[in-house]
Amino acid sequence: MSLKLLMGNEAIAYGAAEAGVQVAAGYPGTPSSEVISTLARLAGEKGFYVEWSINEKAALETAAGASYAGARAIVTMKQVGLNVAADPLMTLAYIGVKGGLVLVVADDPGPHSSQNEQDTRLFARLAKLPVLDPATPAEAKEMVKYAFELSEKLNLPVILRPTTRTCHACQDIEVADAGEKSRPASGFEKSPDWVILPGLAARRHIWLNQQQEVARELLEESGFNRLVNIQGIGEQVPAGIIACGVSYNYVREALGMSWLNLPVLKIGAPFPLPVRPVLDFLTRVKRVLVVEEQEPAVEDQVIAMAWRSKLLTGISGKNDRLVPREGELNTDKVKTILENFLEIPSAGLETAEPAPELPLRPPVLCAGCPHRASFYAFKEAARGTDAIFSGDIGCYTLGAMAPLNAVDTCLCMGAGITIAAGLHRVEPHRKQVAFLGDSTFFHSGIPGLINTVYNKAEVTLVVLDNSTTAMTGHQPHPGVGRTAAGEQGIPVDIAGLARACGVKFVREVDPYDLPASTEAARAALAYPGPAVVIMKRECVALVKKKRAYTIDQLSCTECGLCLEDLGCPAIGRKEGKPEISKSCYGCGICAQICPSNAIREESR
Amino acid sequence: MNLDIVISGVGGQGSVLASRALALAAMERGLAVRTSEVIGMAQREGSVVSHVRMGEELYGATIPDHRADFLLGLELAETARALDKLKPGGTVIASTAAIVPATVQLGLSTYDRENITKYIKERARKVFFLDLEELSRQAGHAKTGNVIILGALSTLPGLPFGPEQMLRAVLRFVPEKFLELNQRAFAAGRAAMEVA
Repeated sequence: MSLKLLMGNEAIAYGAAEAGVQVAAGYPGTPSSEVISTLARLAGEKGFYVEWSINEKAALETAAGASYAGARAIVTMKQVGLNVAADPLMTLAYIGVKGGLVLVVADDPGPHSSQNEQDTRLFARLAKLPVLDPATPAEAKEMVKYAFELSEKLNLPVILRPTTRTCHACQDIEVADAGEKSRPASGFEKSPDWVILPGLAARRHIWLNQQQEVARELLEESGFNRLVNIQGIGEQVPAGIIACGVSYNYVREALGMSWLNLPVLKIGAPFPLPVRPVLDFLTRVKRVLVVEEQEPAVEDQVIAMAWRSKLLTGISGKNDRLVPREGELNTDKVKTILENFLEIPSAGLETAEPAPELPLRPPVLCAGCPHRASFYAFKEAARGTDAIFSGDIGCYTLGAMAPLNAVDTCLCMGAGITIAAGLHRVEPHRKQVAFLGDSTFFHSGIPGLINTVYNKAEVTLVVLDNSTTAMTGHQPHPGVGRTAAGEQGIPVDIAGLARACGVKFVREVDPYDLPASTEAARAALAYPGPAVVIMKRECVALVKKKRAYTIDQLSCTECGLCLEDLGCPAIGRKEGKPEISKSCYGCGICAQICPSNAIREESR
Repeated sequence: MNLDIVISGVGGQGSVLASRALALAAMERGLAVRTSEVIGMAQREGSVVSHVRMGEELYGATIPDHRADFLLGLELAETARALDKLKPGGTVIASTAAIVPATVQLGLSTYDRENITKYIKERARKVFFLDLEELSRQAGHAKTGNVIILGALSTLPGLPFGPEQMLRAVLRFVPEKFLELNQRAFAAGRAAMEVA
């Protein structure tokens, strides 16, 4: 064993490797992405297979196939990715698995980088699958290894649900020096049990329900739900805490800060919740506070258990609004919750003087980002019309910010084009433009494009092709052709795909060439029928800058257009005058819009 | 001993490397560590905060308010934004350099350097201001502010590791061709504290 500083997602990858995983698949999504990228680094040495799949459904189905053949498989995604994989998941629970199959679904309370705060523990309940909720990166590593064993004992997929504060936290963690090589798989054996027909579904549903109780027993033996902090506490105490996942950390620290010594039931296996530890705890305390982020997934099960056992223990949490149901918890919030629960005065510090007004600093498109140029071209082309710009999920969602204000709708991956088609049905006279990135196009944009062609919706689809999945950390995708393991394959051509889908207007243009891209945008908007414009330029994070621009102060009329129309972080003001900073990437868009030709390439 | 350090700045300034290097240095002293970082959408020129915790009995990776022993501010306004994390009597090392966000150019917010500086001085009793912009220029690269501030921190008492150990941890995260640059940056941070 050796000690390493590992991020939660890396710890999960190391755990999977130590468990002898054979197949790993996932789609990038913050905060889950580093599991697959770490596995990709380990794959060569350990001899297992890793892929970035085109979406979460493809990833889960790939893992299911591997498991059918007896291999251990892991699949990773963020919480909303599970919605995309919901179709295979719900029935895979009926069919069952052979090799251990672990789904890592990263939740994002806050949310920090997500479009909602859905709670995967409730999804697990819907799918009737066990779920583990780690408190720390080290526990996540331990849990992923256990999850493979549990999956094989139950013949069910098992979900590991870390949250952002585990995924992106680092800890000192023991790692096996020479982990096992991948184990040989037993192979696929033909059987009618792999073919879900209504008759089989009816039988398997009964089996699946029976497995719930087996899972509950096994999870109880796992030790992930256990009593802690019980020193010096007698048989009956006035109050206790049940804490799930990362909330356990906040509870322990808040208790320490308040010099309180209350018993804590730590929950690492929230569904199906083992009954005995909960009932034991409820009989020892008069009142209990359930602390968990997001939904009352544990609390509602505790209430049901108390009711069925006719226990009169007071149960507090989200149902009596002591614990918020939205946002992320932290030690400070939990300390206040504890004080409210125990009705003790707050021992907070005096409130310090308030900070002066601080500048707003939201995330913005990088200096030189080709998306800024693409949005600008389409805004120019649509000037004077009431065109609607539907957006999608990616860095380019930031096009919604001032001054671009170029995103009028954003819902979920791949939704831009189909929402635009729906808008077109109601207001056929309005121009509809849908923007999506290259990786999102492959993820779920293609069916929407075909739907648009098939149903004759007049939508212009703009593919912002920067040759990467930028926002989640620059993962490759089919348009690039490079795999997670770094092998070069055949790149899938977006323009060719659009033509094959029946689109007659397909143009590829460089967004850095503003006249050409504005012309392409105008032509697409004027085209009767679905049109596709591919804005092709690599992400600035992937290509070193080759030039920079500067403002000739003699020619500058201080009109402010470069500042106010582009919102480029490289353009600021110095003593009132526009100035380009060293962070200029050299895209040259500002030079192309300057009415007095005052912005010029810097001579080197 | 338990020690909590907050590093605040703007996405792209290298706060993640700084927090990992501190954690690694502490780990090599046999301490338990936790870090928490902002990765993802917010890193694109947005406000970012890294938390580093080291010691014996650690729980959460994020530092509660008024608990941090040190606040390392890679940008002036972001130092002020993170001040609630500092414990009474805690120490601040703050960059005097400002990164003015686009919202200020667009008239959506303001950046009042004087007021912000005054506020930092009033709220924290132990403050060291460094011109990270100028120091990183001298060190030879605009993006070395993170290592300069670690060099500065290494001159202060109360750390569980010495400057050599801290530098060694920093260099573990740096590609070979930048080793010398980062050694220079670390030394520049140490030298700046003699003046500050």
